[in-house]
Amino acid sequence: MQELINRTKELLADGTVARVLGWRRGDLPTNPEPAYFNDGESLSEFVYNGFCGANLSKYMIEASELDGRTLVFLKPCDTYSFNQLLKENRVDREKAYIIGVGCKGKISEASLNAIGIKNVIDVKGAELTDACDTLTIETLTGNTTCAYRDAMLERCHVCRGKEYVVYDELIGDSADTVDGDRFDEVRKIEAMSPEERFAFFKAELSKCIRCNACRNVCPACSCRKCVFDSTKFDSAQKANSDSFEEKMFHIIRAFHVAGRCTDCGECSRVCPQGIPLHLLNRKFIKDINTLYGDFCAGESAEGATPLTSFTFGDAEPGTV
Amino acid sequence: MPMNDNAEFRPKIVAFCCNWCSYAGADLAGSSRLTYPADVKIIKVPCSCRVNPMFILRAFEKGADGVIMCGCHPGDCHYSTGNYYARRRMTLLFSMLDYIGVEHGRTRVEWVSAAEGVKFSATMNEFVEKIKSLGKNVRLGDLRCRS
Amino acid sequence: MYKIAKENLPDLYEAIAETNTLYIPVKKAGQTNFEQWTRSAEVDIKTLKTVKSPKDAFFPQSENLYTCGKEGKKITITLEALTDESFVVFGMKACDVRGVEVLDKVFLAEPVDTFYAARREHGIIVAMACNEPELSCFCKVFGIDCTEPSGADVITWLIGDELFWRPVTEKGEMLTDSVKRLLSDGDDAAVEAKREEISKIVSKIPNMRLSLDGWGRDDKLERFNSPLWEDLYKPCIACGTCTFVCPTCQCYDIKDYDTGHGVQRYRCWDSCMYSDFTLMAHGNNRTSQMQRFRQRFMHKLVYFPTNNDGMYSCVGCGRCVNKCPQNLNIVKVIKAFKKEGV
Repeated sequence: MQELINRTKELLADGTVARVLGWRRGDLPTNPEPAYFNDGESLSEFVYNGFCGANLSKYMIEASELDGRTLVFLKPCDTYSFNQLLKENRVDREKAYIIGVGCKGKISEASLNAIGIKNVIDVKGAELTDACDTLTIETLTGNTTCAYRDAMLERCHVCRGKEYVVYDELIGDSADTVDGDRFDEVRKIEAMSPEERFAFFKAELSKCIRCNACRNVCPACSCRKCVFDSTKFDSAQKANSDSFEEKMFHIIRAFHVAGRCTDCGECSRVCPQGIPLHLLNRKFIKDINTLYGDFCAGESAEGATPLTSFTFGDAEPGTV
Repeated sequence: MPMNDNAEFRPKIVAFCCNWCSYAGADLAGSSRLTYPADVKIIKVPCSCRVNPMFILRAFEKGADGVIMCGCHPGDCHYSTGNYYARRRMTLLFSMLDYIGVEHGRTRVEWVSAAEGVKFSATMNEFVEKIKSLGKNVRLGDLRCRS
Repeated sequence: MYKIAKENLPDLYEAIAETNTLYIPVKKAGQTNFEQWTRSAEVDIKTLKTVKSPKDAFFPQSENLYTCGKEGKKITITLEALTDESFVVFGMKACDVRGVEVLDKVFLAEPVDTFYAARREHGIIVAMACNEPELSCFCKVFGIDCTEPSGADVITWLIGDELFWRPVTEKGEMLTDSVKRLLSDGDDAAVEAKREEISKIVSKIPNMRLSLDGWGRDDKLERFNSPLWEDLYKPCIACGTCTFVCPTCQCYDIKDYDTGHGVQRYRCWDSCMYSDFTLMAHGNNRTSQMQRFRQRFMHKLVYFPTNNDGMYSCVGCGRCVNKCPQNLNIVKVIKAFKKEGV
């Protein structure tokens, strides 16, 4: 982390960048927040550790409107999101100075809660440089430990890899975190009967509280105005009147990011009701790969996407 | 008056038809005195590519039991390639509907040219029968729209 | 004071549900929220905080107000019926009950919100002391005693294998009478011991000692114009999570829904974080996210106490602390102002 701070101070001092977009220490070790830093002094609050799961690429839309370059820290998976935004002309490459930061998988308080660890006062082992794979945790009710892996976000278990698709310089090494296939869950659902599938998604999606966090955090959801925010739309984006509304919202949202979703997993990370929203996105990714050839959104900032191209012999709707 | 349980189920069908081929095909079916059920409500669109997945879901939301989209045959699009894009979109959307447990067959795409009045009428008859066999759409509608 | 063995609780729910609609924390697809009780529901009274607060029971996220229909050339307007059957909300925590008291200030003040008033009249609150307050809790800051919820009709404590039950209002006595056959006499000493135990946990939680100096009824404009907001709002992604899990947020929007055979006028919770918040024909009077972000905290900590004899419209439940996607929250805002010494 000190290396990041030192390098950042240099870049601020020599005028390469006007500001820094990173993470600020929270009031607890588990809750750092995305933040801008305008000078070397304020960097004393800078933090980068396992709890910095937030994907900063979407903030670069706003930062692209500011004067001067913004230094942004991107994890390997975040660079795909940035590249995709670049492809859609939503961010300005010239306005960004990208430092690719190492990542050994991201953890969260929610995943700690899920394995029964609550009220975390202090955590050791979450720093990128900590070689150990155990977290030592101090809680309100005593001390405990857990494997780093067990506190990791779902997306990190199926991490796409350590490659950065866009950057200006790299600092820090990444670790292998993969221990599953990202389409396993999709396959499991596909194998169910239609009734079971319907029951599964009904139970999950009916939890939706229409907070729109999934949409607002999503780097692919970068429309200036969302169709669901239209005042002409009689089902409000915030109304929870009938289970169909959230179903429609989530299907349309997943569809709109199909071919553009980099599977960064932010939607599932932020959902207050723990809805596995990535299951919708991954279904589209899996279908696209199967039907139109392997495609990875964000891998390149050039070229057509599966839904903006076609071949004469494409499959007919309803046949797959 | 309470509904008679034995009354025949009359499904509501929405058909999105492209202006250049399929709508003309429907026209030909009509002028050729070919019949298809009045339960099919046609919405004319400039091109099948105009059909946004939201149209399909909104139709279901507002009470449709089945939704069919018709366009020019691949290769014959008035705008050259519109239906190729539409094809990919609908393929993915239908697969997603299947994935979340909506009965297979409630949605359909058929390519109908301006000369295919017979095909149009046959397709609609067939689709209405299919929806009748599937019964009322209960998985995608909005409760408030049920009468 | 009464008590009932934990294993007999399903009988208690059943007995309550005989004459009331019962809302209780239910676990569904991994998350616990207040839901209508059914025999097959997986009741979860162990989880301290439901994801959403129980305010839905009194102020649902969406509710119909009236329906317009057409019969021939005549237009009919049917008002939505008011709640006229009693219901019980079981397991509300002290902060949640205070949340309802905050809503009372808004909806029971003139002009009275009849939908809300009807629910308040027919609702019976069975509150439960917090067995294990969490790190994100800061209810004590607002003078709330989580060891003995006030404002409820019945207070309960989960102690060991028993649930202790104390009716405190007439409504509570009536409910108690209807389930008395399941209850046996309990002893106050056990409850006092439990309260002691909970207080010990409370004393260990740092945020319970948060200072509200400078908030409340003073210095409105200075706080409003503070440059700190410009920094604090930055990570906010403008989602409505904080407002929708909050027990006191009370803003709503009114919309019309075309059902194809009529129009339903409904209201639904609004969020000050949304870009269409208070949007009017002339446009929006808050044009930036900073202004909307500021509104939420100024409302809870300044405007509301100014208009309601010093009562804050935050109850320290900590749901927003747990749920904000980018880890922003009201505690951080309070601390940031404290740090700047303004």
